[in-house]
Amino acid sequence: MIIRKRLAAAACGLLAVLASGLLPSAAAADEPAAKPSPKVELVLDVSGSMRARDIDGQTRMAAAKQAFNEVLDAVPDEVQLGIRTLGANYAGDDRKVGCKDTRQLYPVGPLDRTEAKTAVATLAPTGWTPIGPALLGAADDLEGGEATRRIVLITDGEDTCAPLDPCEVARDIAAKGIHLVVDTLGLVPDAKTRDQLRCIAEATGGTYTSVQHTDELSDRVSQLVDRAADPVVTPVATEGARECAKAPVLKAGLYTDREKFGEHRWYRVDVLPGQELRASVSVAADRAVNNDYGVMLRAVTVRGREIVRGSEAGDGRTDVISTGLRYPKAPAEDADDDAKPAPETVCLQVSNSYSAPPQVKTDPGLPIELTVDVVDAPEEASDVASFGLGRGWWLLGVLALTGLLAGLLWGWVSRWRISVWRTN
Amino acid sequence: MRISRASTAALLAAAALLTTAGAAAADDSSPRPAKSRGESGSGPTEAGTSFRTATAVEQGQRATASASAGDYLYWVFPADAGQRATVKATVTLPEPAVRHGAATWRLDVYDGLRRRQPCMYGMQTRTAAKDAPKAELSCTLRPVRSWAEPWANDPLPGSYYVRLTVLDAHEQDLGQPVKAELEPELIDVGGAYAGDGSLAAPLTAGGPSGDGAKGAAAVAEPDGGWSSGRWSDRWIWTAAGGLLGALAAIGGYRLTRGSGRPAHVPPGA
Repeated sequence: MIIRKRLAAAACGLLAVLASGLLPSAAAADEPAAKPSPKVELVLDVSGSMRARDIDGQTRMAAAKQAFNEVLDAVPDEVQLGIRTLGANYAGDDRKVGCKDTRQLYPVGPLDRTEAKTAVATLAPTGWTPIGPALLGAADDLEGGEATRRIVLITDGEDTCAPLDPCEVARDIAAKGIHLVVDTLGLVPDAKTRDQLRCIAEATGGTYTSVQHTDELSDRVSQLVDRAADPVVTPVATEGARECAKAPVLKAGLYTDREKFGEHRWYRVDVLPGQELRASVSVAADRAVNNDYGVMLRAVTVRGREIVRGSEAGDGRTDVISTGLRYPKAPAEDADDDAKPAPETVCLQVSNSYSAPPQVKTDPGLPIELTVDVVDAPEEASDVASFGLGRGWWLLGVLALTGLLAGLLWGWVSRWRISVWRTN
Repeated sequence: MRISRASTAALLAAAALLTTAGAAAADDSSPRPAKSRGESGSGPTEAGTSFRTATAVEQGQRATASASAGDYLYWVFPADAGQRATVKATVTLPEPAVRHGAATWRLDVYDGLRRRQPCMYGMQTRTAAKDAPKAELSCTLRPVRSWAEPWANDPLPGSYYVRLTVLDAHEQDLGQPVKAELEPELIDVGGAYAGDGSLAAPLTAGGPSGDGAKGAAAVAEPDGGWSSGRWSDRWIWTAAGGLLGALAAIGGYRLTRGSGRPAHVPPGA
């Protein structure tokens, strides 16, 4: 009975331990790390040209208002939306004043749909089209935080405030922070507007859409806002050096940098024996470049011996040119468990062969996206075929023939042996 | 003696039949399309705009996207060792009335390390005339190997990115709404491409994406996980060859050994 009691006590104790072990883990469930909410700013052109009546029979302004209402209804909850106007206030002829006419209609923050819709309803086509200043204002509105940022520019005419080139403004604001994309939509655009809007979109990795109907406008803007809400890995900004000795040491991850035409950027990664380094790089063409281009990613030892390289060449219209490499490092020969193996520092060089006509600005450089990953080394192949096995009719024929010959030979040998045995 | 000879002959015939049947079965079973058992047809309705934001597609699914001409559309699908991928894309262009000229569309496939993969067959670049309603492109990749040297561009198990974009179009046609459809198809090509060695991890660009949900999508596994690459029909061929060789050896032995009794020795000695 004592034994039974002891057993019962032990069982109860075990149960209690298990229960206490399980309960806290159930109670303190891990909450996913709070992600910064994506920010989107819609920049709407309210200039005088929006009075034109050529979208589905209504004015461009009316079409834009209708589309905005539909979009504001469909904005996902986690997106912080803001609205900015350009050309909404000054109807006069003074160009200098007109080109500063951009103001924030609804601040970037959690969206109150009714308030935003009311604000949009009050707009009336008024003045100039200062796209450049509006983009600068929008970039300021979206300042701060680690979230993805998107500017959606809806306009119908080209910028009237030269010499500030909105395309260069867009490139500069994209270079200042990472992950700022400008998408453009042109309402019944003419050739110059198209060119300008395409340039702005390509300078930041965004898209250009030409809109002829109201439903196209609302569908597209909703799609762009939803894209901002998509959870995506954010790259880390880094800066490569001119030579390997001064290069930043990178761990596995996604990085972004800027590289000018013909510039070499170096980075360093530590690889232990028994690991494989995988790296890939994409160099974006965010400005007008010549028709032929290329990229090279090279892995070099600290002494300067080239280990492996990846290179790619291309031509024609493109967004990026990419390449990659893998470097498997064999496990250490002497498996000395006490001493930790020393990592090898691999230098990665990124170089591009983009070129551009002389009037294209070279500063800031082209955006680079670099991925670095370190995994276990592969099992090296000791043969061309899997496990050194064979396949095919020739194999069967050869094996059958060999077997036959061996059998014949052995038969003769055994016959001779028996005859020798019998006669002795 | 007749019986033993007959039985030997029968054994040999049976062995030959077995090996041919086995080899034929292995051959037939190789080019069988590895269709996913899940629902096929419906796929994602949005496409990504860069390698980082590429939308994951499973084989057998039809991915659709609405975009404007000039957008770069990216998708990603997984391919395992021994599979040959064929990617088919269709772009539905706007009405001929709103178009101003021909448009050239282009399909590119990249592996998990963003290296461009060559297409064995298929029209990668297609020019659609001004009045053509759609442009159809396709690309068949080389069969995926389980291991390759670091200096080779061979396709390895992992994710494959597809990029669809317009290469050349009339200036006024850029920005017009188009609809794109993509369908990756994977076929098992079997033992002829089974190589030795295997990677420790598939070539996905997911990396250490701690909190990125899109990173997880990029490392989407094929149905049933990644294969270990140990099985191929080479095992059957080699075993059949060994069996055939052994039987032929026995046959040859019986032929030359005869009854085991030399002719000049009288019986009973």
